[in-house]
Amino acid sequence: MLFFLAGTAIGIVWLKSLIAVVMLSSIYSLISAGLFIAMNAPDVALTEAAVGAGASTVLLLAAVSLTRGRRRVEQRRTPVRPAAIFIVLVTGAALIYGTLSLPPFGAPDTPGQLHVAPRYLAEAPAATASPNVVTAVLASYRGFDTLGEVVVIFSAGIGVLFLLGSWRRRLREEGE
Amino acid sequence: MRDNIVLSVVARLLMPFILLFALYVQFHGEVSPGGGFQAGVIFASAFVLFVLVYGIDAAEGIIPDGFLRGGIAGGVLLYAGIGVLGLLLGSNFLDYNVLAADPKNGQHLGIVLIELGVGTTVASVVTAVFYAFVRSKR
Amino acid sequence: MALTDAIAAHFNYWIVIILMMTGFYLVIAHPNKINKLIGLTIFQTSVFILYISFAYVRGATAPIIVEGWDDYVNPLPHVLILTAIVVGIATTAVGLALVVRIHRAFGTIDEDEIQPLLTDP
Repeated sequence: MLFFLAGTAIGIVWLKSLIAVVMLSSIYSLISAGLFIAMNAPDVALTEAAVGAGASTVLLLAAVSLTRGRRRVEQRRTPVRPAAIFIVLVTGAALIYGTLSLPPFGAPDTPGQLHVAPRYLAEAPAATASPNVVTAVLASYRGFDTLGEVVVIFSAGIGVLFLLGSWRRRLREEGE
Repeated sequence: MRDNIVLSVVARLLMPFILLFALYVQFHGEVSPGGGFQAGVIFASAFVLFVLVYGIDAAEGIIPDGFLRGGIAGGVLLYAGIGVLGLLLGSNFLDYNVLAADPKNGQHLGIVLIELGVGTTVASVVTAVFYAFVRSKR
Repeated sequence: MALTDAIAAHFNYWIVIILMMTGFYLVIAHPNKINKLIGLTIFQTSVFILYISFAYVRGATAPIIVEGWDDYVNPLPHVLILTAIVVGIATTAVGLALVVRIHRAFGTIDEDEIQPLLTDP
């Protein structure tokens, strides 16, 4: 599955047609949703499938059709830029060097697994009457955090409505 | 695309099931995978399908703009309002234990209401953003 | 044997880094703004995979409590990533709205064509 993901990503870099790239990014999201299922994260997989493969593809397609206007934008293959390749390779090498000191994949006794997670798992069902610990932590233990996220989405929605100008146009019409 | 009979019939058949699935994901979220974020996006995707098949004008007849704006603000207000309600009942902000006589029921009620607020905001924002993109095409 | 174990222990992280760098390259090298945003989502998704990899425990199941089972994967990264995905689409939507406005102002979304328009008006 990880190889599929890497192949899709390379396809996104390689292909020229913008529509094909958008479709590939949708497929990329769907494969990563499958990967989340394989790693026992059904909540995250459901979100990724709905958001990544569904909503964001539709928005990308809408933007592609909007920006193709008077003068047809020439679609280009990703250019080869040596300086950028150099930066990417150096950063990647540094990150891979960093992973060598990470705990092995799937180990049950890493610091991250032993800190707060056991407490959540032990207390959450009794304290909140919900067997899905992810929901309990999301809404109850980390309620402030989630309130912040909702406000972020709220402001993003307001921002898009202002940017795309349906309000401003109406105000102008009323003013005239 | 309204003229294509296959598309319009399939869309009409699918709409109720998508909406029902969204409600299931919303209210069954404490037991099975799901919650407000996912339900909101699924709910909005039903209307995205509707706009794609029947056009923006028909969709505006069902869910008008003002309703969406109310939803965007109302979800956040519901979430924050539950927090303030906890304050008024003599506890901390966003503490659900005091919402009902039994702390456990209070937590349950709090989680359901908060997820409802999250779902309302997410669904309204995604639908409103899609409306905005479609409308600026004209 | 030790070598294959070492590779298997970190294989996920390496693929994540390859994906991350692919997205990074798209963001810095591609002139088309929509391709840049797609690169950004690839980068984001690779970070999501990294977090979910941290949460994974071998032999454990999804964090929904059932009777008679004790091993669950770590729910905390799931919560963080769940909200991050939805915030990710919110930022993508704002970015796309900006791209549409740029197209309205300049008639193109290609960076190499916008740059000369900015220097000599």
